[in-house]
Amino acid sequence: MTSRTPRAGIPDEAADPAAGTGWRGLQPALLPLRRLLLLATLLPAAVACALALALTVGGLWPVCAVLPLAAAAWGWGALGRNWRSWRYAERADDLLIARGVLWQELTVVPYGRMQLVEVTSGPLERRYGLATLQLHTAAARTDAEIPGLSPAEAERLRDRLTELGEARAAGL
Amino acid sequence: MPADEPLTPPHGKHGKHGKQGKHGKHDEPARTEDAATRAQHAATRAQDTTPSAQDAPARKSDEAPARHDGGGSAREDGNTPARKGGRRLLPARPEGRRLHPVTPWRRAWAPLAAVLAAVAHDVGRAREWAGHLTPGWVLLALGVLLPVAAGYGFLSWWCTSYLLTDTELRIRTGLFFRRTAHLRLDRVQAVDVSRPLLARLAGVAKLKLDVVGTESKDELAFLGEREAVALRAELLARAAGMAPEEASAAGEAPSRALLRVAPRTLVTATLLLSSAWIVPLVVAAAVTAFAVFGAQSLWAVGAGGVPLLGFAWSHGLGRVVREWDWTVAESPDGLRLDSGLLDRRHETVPPGRVQAVRLVEPLLWRRHRWVRVELRVAGTDDDESGVLIPVARREEAAAVLARVLPGVDVAAAPAAARPAPRRAGRCVPVFRRGYRHGLTDTLFVTRTGLLGRRTTLVPHAKVQSVRFAQGPWERRNRLANVTVDDGAGGHATARLRDEDEARALVTGRRR
Repeated sequence: MTSRTPRAGIPDEAADPAAGTGWRGLQPALLPLRRLLLLATLLPAAVACALALALTVGGLWPVCAVLPLAAAAWGWGALGRNWRSWRYAERADDLLIARGVLWQELTVVPYGRMQLVEVTSGPLERRYGLATLQLHTAAARTDAEIPGLSPAEAERLRDRLTELGEARAAGL
Repeated sequence: MPADEPLTPPHGKHGKHGKQGKHGKHDEPARTEDAATRAQHAATRAQDTTPSAQDAPARKSDEAPARHDGGGSAREDGNTPARKGGRRLLPARPEGRRLHPVTPWRRAWAPLAAVLAAVAHDVGRAREWAGHLTPGWVLLALGVLLPVAAGYGFLSWWCTSYLLTDTELRIRTGLFFRRTAHLRLDRVQAVDVSRPLLARLAGVAKLKLDVVGTESKDELAFLGEREAVALRAELLARAAGMAPEEASAAGEAPSRALLRVAPRTLVTATLLLSSAWIVPLVVAAAVTAFAVFGAQSLWAVGAGGVPLLGFAWSHGLGRVVREWDWTVAESPDGLRLDSGLLDRRHETVPPGRVQAVRLVEPLLWRRHRWVRVELRVAGTDDDESGVLIPVARREEAAAVLARVLPGVDVAAAPAAARPAPRRAGRCVPVFRRGYRHGLTDTLFVTRTGLLGRRTTLVPHAKVQSVRFAQGPWERRNRLANVTVDDGAGGHATARLRDEDEARALVTGRRR
């Protein structure tokens, strides 16, 4: 895991120096995975768009296929910014998850309120050596999720969170 | 003797089911039991009966009514063929107490309503079909359908029973697909007796059980009224940890009335609600316009207008009927709520399970200092808020809330709420004046609404997670939103707070 200094523009006051652990980012492998998914959807879309327009209307219309390509180009950069924005920190009593570039979100889940910690890893994620950690509390709206962890880190987090959750469990 | 099966005392533990999971539901495959397997079961039961035998005398008093109402005659009917032929005509009757014999009739009106709805939906087609109907067909339909429906109703009633054991309440239902719900008594949260209008006329009541961890409420419909009340008292006493012998003797826990909404207050308050006027007016206008301009026939107007009228009803007069004679009483099981003019509903709000409270103050209520109090309770599905008090003066409401949220100073909450900073007007121009937020030692308080106000109170102890959210325009104005999720799936958002304040709120004062 890489421990990084917070970038400008993203709140760094949230990190609690007393807790001793700083912010951690996501695995770099998540970025190529997401970019691959982006291209895998938008490139065929561009080709299909160009073909369909050339066969039906003709003329200059197939140039519209540039739109999906432009979206792919923008998405390429946006995914990078989004990947950099994801961070999480374990503090003494709670877990912080920060994400988002334009619309920023910071979720705080106290260890005592965690009811279930789940680690999932799909086929593509496994190929890239990644796992996703999901936290469940009694509130269904708490969709605290950390994608793009290394499997070892995900398991370490799961065990630690479960242990802390048991230690600080508070009833409803 | 296998034929005596239904006579087996209800407290006998069924060896087979007793070993299944303690709570949760089981779908049992349909089984046709012949006399041989039943004999086997009876044998296993005989062994298993011993551990629970000691509480038999305690429950005897409760069994008596169950046996009287209908049980006697039906039992004879069921057993006669079995004695003759050695095989049963009727499926195995599950052990346990039986529902009130009125029960099969409760769905009798449904097919009738379906036919009526079909006729109302497409009058022309229905008339055409009616032309084809000959007396022969009608007779055939009546001759076949009625007995089938009656038989099904009787059999489903026959196959339904409930059984109270030391640790759980088992409800068995289903003719073809058997379902056994095991409800653990120590997990029972609330037991509500409701008396719909028709049931009231028939002298029966419905028992609804709210158990931790189950999605839907299980219900026993219908029981005799006295039986329902006695069972409710016993269930609540057992849920509170009383021994079975004491529980059945304890009876209904004593309750003390805290608040009663006077009919005049309720009517005035409902009339002062803008929705009580606007919704019926809009509906009336729509129906009239439809009738004058668009409609080809009266039927179409009826078909379109009836649902709208129903909607209007639920906002106006229906509300008064529902909330008539609203009484809040305190008992050891929690707060009791009784309400209703035609359908009497009885609810219990268990103490300590309230996750959030919402105070609603419509514009025209403010002069009277009236509020409506809604609760979110853990275990109830989605964010449907239960009403605690339909209308009451603020001080009265605060006094009742003090019982719901022990150790929480509700009265201090509104004073703690501070308005959003002026620059919030750049994000939300006019309505930001309604946004307030505050913290007390025990509560997270938010308020929204310029004319009608809604104040949400979430005790810190019930907060599940906290979220800080900020969009680009809000960041420019150094503002942010803070959302708090409570344990009942609801949330409260403090909108457009100062950025630093919001961040301190999210990360600073965590327990």
